[in-house]
Amino acid sequence: MTIPAGLEALDFSFTGTRPAGAFAPVLVGVVGSGNLEVLLEAAGGDVCTVRIETSARGFGPIWEAVLGDFHDRHPLAGVRIAINDMGATPAVVSLRLDQAVAELPAAAQGARP
Amino acid sequence: MERTNWNTKADNRAARLARAAGALGTQLSGKRVATEAIGRLLEAVLEPGDRVCLEGNNQKQADFLAKALVQVDPARVHGLHMVQSVLALPEHLDVFENGVAARLDFSFSGPQGARLAKLVSAGRIEIGAIHTYLELFARYFVDLTPQVALVAAHAADAEGNLYTGPNTEDTPVIVEATAFSGGIVIAQVNELVDGKTTTLPRVDIPAGWVNFVVKAPRPNFIEPLFTRDPAQISEIQVLMAMMAIKGIYAEYGVQRLNHGIGFDTAAIELLLPTYGESLGLKGKIGRHWALNPHPALIPAIEAGWVQSVHSFGSELGMEDYIRARSDVFFTGPDGSLRSNRALCQAAGHYACDLFIGSTLQIDLDGNSSTATLGRIAGFGGAPNMGADARGRRHASPAWLKAGREARAGRSGAAGTPRGQKLVVQMVETFREHMQPAFVDRLDAWTLQEQAGMDLPPIMIYGDDVTHILTEEGIANLLLCRTDAEREQAIRGVAGYTAVGLARDRRAVENLRDRGVIRRPEDLGIDPRQATRNLLAARSMRDLVRASGGLYQPPKRFRNW
Repeated sequence: MTIPAGLEALDFSFTGTRPAGAFAPVLVGVVGSGNLEVLLEAAGGDVCTVRIETSARGFGPIWEAVLGDFHDRHPLAGVRIAINDMGATPAVVSLRLDQAVAELPAAAQGARP
Repeated sequence: MERTNWNTKADNRAARLARAAGALGTQLSGKRVATEAIGRLLEAVLEPGDRVCLEGNNQKQADFLAKALVQVDPARVHGLHMVQSVLALPEHLDVFENGVAARLDFSFSGPQGARLAKLVSAGRIEIGAIHTYLELFARYFVDLTPQVALVAAHAADAEGNLYTGPNTEDTPVIVEATAFSGGIVIAQVNELVDGKTTTLPRVDIPAGWVNFVVKAPRPNFIEPLFTRDPAQISEIQVLMAMMAIKGIYAEYGVQRLNHGIGFDTAAIELLLPTYGESLGLKGKIGRHWALNPHPALIPAIEAGWVQSVHSFGSELGMEDYIRARSDVFFTGPDGSLRSNRALCQAAGHYACDLFIGSTLQIDLDGNSSTATLGRIAGFGGAPNMGADARGRRHASPAWLKAGREARAGRSGAAGTPRGQKLVVQMVETFREHMQPAFVDRLDAWTLQEQAGMDLPPIMIYGDDVTHILTEEGIANLLLCRTDAEREQAIRGVAGYTAVGLARDRRAVENLRDRGVIRRPEDLGIDPRQATRNLLAARSMRDLVRASGGLYQPPKRFRNW
């Protein structure tokens, strides 16, 4: 896949323990300044892959930490996550990810009080 | 040596008045000076090296007098020592560029901060000190008393009584200091009334304290500084506002408070009648305010949350709303607001239990600063609002609880029972463009070196800050007992900034167990519930609607 000029692409993969199973794609957020779009799709297998395209270059270590914490909260398996980011802060990224997971089948969300 | 004349100031004033009368001739009638003669008046009354207050407020500006001062002949008027709270207009610095003024004591220079820094480094301005508002006003009565005050009022009558309108702001304190120490007071006004067929709505400054009145060709400039469009409030700000209300206001039962400027605190104001109501907090928090008339407070006022608001200044567009809510605001017999920056600062310092505001940078000691490199912005009022009032002696539940938390387990003087003001710094861990709010070293230290200041310009000292609130949680610094604990408490809410990522995870979890750090989930808040739908108004139009059409926003905020 080609990346438009100025964007940075980042890829992460986490081995999960909570299979999401089959689900219709989930889309939350919008591509706008300081915001992002998160797309969740069923992928099968035992990993959760994350593909990020961002207009804010040079924040790889922060993405890694944000996604690591997300995976601690939601150790998803069989999910492909695509993120289109326009300079959202980590707080907004975490919020959108949690909002997206809330749309998944109950089993994928784990036991919530 | 025997002193023969103990009345040199009065003699000097008489001499200045005589010079003015001679220079103006028929252009002076009673106290009224012809508009076109303002330059002649200034050159007649000003003496080289005078201490001069050119009224520059947070909002209201004596802009006509500022322009006139820039145009005086520097051969006659030079080396002035400017003592004014705010440098807002270009003219406030032009007088230094052309040599009319040389020395400066001030409080805040927000809009002119970058140019001020350049003039200082070029040696064009000698700064005496950068003050808080109250500090500068206090020095007006000690060692920085103006010899000439150039102030702005809305209207004057034939005798020289002044009506300031709602933006009274600094005028009373400036005029009192000047008039009672042999100084000269010159007022620019928007309107003249004759006192017979037309009268002033009320008298804010009595004629006996005023020497000259001049009608300005245009109404004085006023900046709508405290208007925040609710449309720009983010979900993260809603989340932080929920945490403030539930984790701090409700926790301490905060009834008397001051909010800083910005979207973070506007979000709190807009959540009181919705989220606050749902928690059953009406009447239990937020009844008395030291606050400019923030449009964002309208929904809470309309819902009956707010008992009183005393204001530093007014806010453009709020005039009719204030007039119609005189139970809440401090209004004159004429119905319009009278603000007073000096007294509201005192109220915020001594009579409020909580200050909450935003900042640009916080370090590991909890010191916070809005200083940025290449700008000398000053302090304004935040250090007085955001500092424990060491002279306070009256108790309130919020103040006592904070004091108990700070003193538990301590002995001696540090353990002597007393209360403490809640001082909350509310910041997102990253500002726009991913600028981290948490830093190892404040830019203030570099600025100190650049500008040769005695101290780094720290806005709120770490030992005054009681809570740091971010989207990640609340750190209660009152409960910390060592520097190391404070550091981890701060790192523990610093999110994914370098400061936050360098936390000791075990120490942070331990602080969380002790309630020093509280996450949204510890407070029973689900971040996914933090939507803009919780805001009592989501647009400027909503605010107008909530006010019953009384609030009239300035044009630039009318986007519908």
